[in-house]
Amino acid sequence: MQPEGGKPRRLTRFDHREVRAALLLCAPTAVLMLALLVLPTLAVLGLSFTDAELGVPGFQFLGLGAYADLFTDRAFLRAFRNTAIYVALVAPASVVIGLVLALLIEAEVKGRAFFRSVYFLPVVSLTVAMASVWQYLMHPSFGPMNLVLQRFGLPSINWLGSSDNVLTSLALIGIWQALGFNLVLFLAGLTAINRDLYAAAEMDGVRSAWSRFWTVTWPMLGPTTLFVVTITMINAVKVFETVATLTQGGPSKASEVLLYTIYKEGFVYLHIGVASAMAVVFVAVLLVLLLVQTKVLEKQVHYA
Amino acid sequence: MAPALVLKHVSKAFGTQSVLRDVSIEADAGEFIALVGPSGCGKSTLLRIAAGLERADAGEVSLAGVNVTDTRAADRDMAMVFQSYALYPHLTVRQNIALPLAMRRLSGFERLPMIGRITPSARAKHASIMADVERTAEALRITELLNRKPGEMSGGQRQRVALGRAIVRRPKAFLMDEPLSNLDAALRVHMRAEIVSLHRAAGVVTLYVTHDQEEALGMADRVAVMIGGRILQIASPEVIYTDPEHIDVASFIGSPKINLLPGKIVHGGRLFQAGRYLFSGFSGPERDVTIGIRPEHLFLSTEAHEDSIPLFLQRLEFLGSEVIAHLKNQNDGRALIARLEPDHASDVAGLKQLFASATDHELMVFETDGSRVRAAASVADGAASYAA
Repeated sequence: MQPEGGKPRRLTRFDHREVRAALLLCAPTAVLMLALLVLPTLAVLGLSFTDAELGVPGFQFLGLGAYADLFTDRAFLRAFRNTAIYVALVAPASVVIGLVLALLIEAEVKGRAFFRSVYFLPVVSLTVAMASVWQYLMHPSFGPMNLVLQRFGLPSINWLGSSDNVLTSLALIGIWQALGFNLVLFLAGLTAINRDLYAAAEMDGVRSAWSRFWTVTWPMLGPTTLFVVTITMINAVKVFETVATLTQGGPSKASEVLLYTIYKEGFVYLHIGVASAMAVVFVAVLLVLLLVQTKVLEKQVHYA
Repeated sequence: MAPALVLKHVSKAFGTQSVLRDVSIEADAGEFIALVGPSGCGKSTLLRIAAGLERADAGEVSLAGVNVTDTRAADRDMAMVFQSYALYPHLTVRQNIALPLAMRRLSGFERLPMIGRITPSARAKHASIMADVERTAEALRITELLNRKPGEMSGGQRQRVALGRAIVRRPKAFLMDEPLSNLDAALRVHMRAEIVSLHRAAGVVTLYVTHDQEEALGMADRVAVMIGGRILQIASPEVIYTDPEHIDVASFIGSPKINLLPGKIVHGGRLFQAGRYLFSGFSGPERDVTIGIRPEHLFLSTEAHEDSIPLFLQRLEFLGSEVIAHLKNQNDGRALIARLEPDHASDVAGLKQLFASATDHELMVFETDGSRVRAAASVADGAASYAA
């Protein structure tokens, strides 16, 4: 409101009316944001320093001690570790397989739409419903997966019932879920590559599909890959539905993951304070992932 | 000497859409041939067929006397410059220019980062590649850009790098696909001269695709005018302009466009335009023809001659070294364009009515199918000046 180089102008009555109108117009959004985003976040942050329990009157302020407790809590550490393992299994596999499938589909014009839809189905289908399908597929005695193993004379696997296998089995479902989305993203990335670059590579003597991939496709997919890796990791960190419906964190806590533990603490045991502290850690993990990936990798994948 | 680059009876269709119809070009060693035509005329497709990036449905491509029709592009030893530059954005200028050399001189193992240089022979090869890159960069005056990436450069600099990538390995032919179209006008004129001198220095046969007739006429030894998938004429720029073989060549080349007037050849081989007798010497039956006059050959005067065309002066366009007069034929309302010397333009400025005439040897007569007809020279003698 200050003309360049001039003295600050006094607001006229008209200006005051203008300002009031502007504030009024912003108010609904501002209030909603405050009520639905800022205040709850602050409340969670505040509660995370206490030992509040739902239904129990009064609570103690523990300060950072609440977090110290969390990091000595074996159940939480286990959930943390399990989540890390789950992410380490799901993210690389679904990214690599998604890329390979995208390259295969891109190479052949026929049936592109069909394969894209087929692989995209898990993304749009209801995870809870699909979980029951997986429960059947992975059933130890009559599940088709074990029947196939038996047919080839291999020993049956207790997919979801053994604490050694359960995380891998959940990761398998996680890969199946993430694949379609990654594939579609990679397909979009592939289509966006300037065809002239392939022509230029051919003229420059790039003969094999292998060198063509490393000379053109892989570098040009950089931004897509960064995005795919980020989104896959974030989605994997947020694993919940399959755990809640198939294993409830078992057997013997072998499939406890962060979000499921938070859910149990907060909504089953009603330990609001503990759940809040966990939620804060959970969000911090996501933020760190995002920051690291954008800051570290961005420089190497954007060329403009 | 055998022609350096030959395209023989090349045809190509995309689906039912015929793009090239029996196109043939023979380029001599060191020759610069421009393929010019409106967009969609098939010139880029022809270039890609020459490169081996596209397969012709029929026809033959040979390079330095060797039939390369079935040789893939990577093995043809030609270099191409693209309109989009097509530089590898993740590589520095140095790596971009070095890539074609690395692909040809190094084995897959030697191309690996770090460990590729483990043997002395590989180190020597890498050093020779770098030396060639430096030499090329010097020739193009881009040495100071060698460590930059394409994203950090202007369009003109990128195109120089693309040229560098093409010339660094001394290919058997240069193929250029509208390399200057993405540059601004001033830079384009400058780069024209530069490409011509690069071509002279390299002495390599060059096929240059453009839709810009000025580029084609100004740069090439010979110009091939392509329209509708056919080469209508291939000749020196002068011949293309002054002696077109086809009405489409006459109207595509030249700016402002050639004036076309309906005419008639009547009994006795005499040519008439709107009832005015022009000259004779034509053979064949009575028929309609089209008469073409370049704008600079239309002579304007303030007084009516016996056979001149009365015109309305609509507008004068002052362009510095010349003035373009936009005119309208009083008889049939058709637009005509004349190019005038600025001195002459001041004589006619402000006038409403003018009269146009032209000399006979500057007229071009075309059949309705577009082909050129010429009068027998002996008869087209006397008439000094007559109306157009």
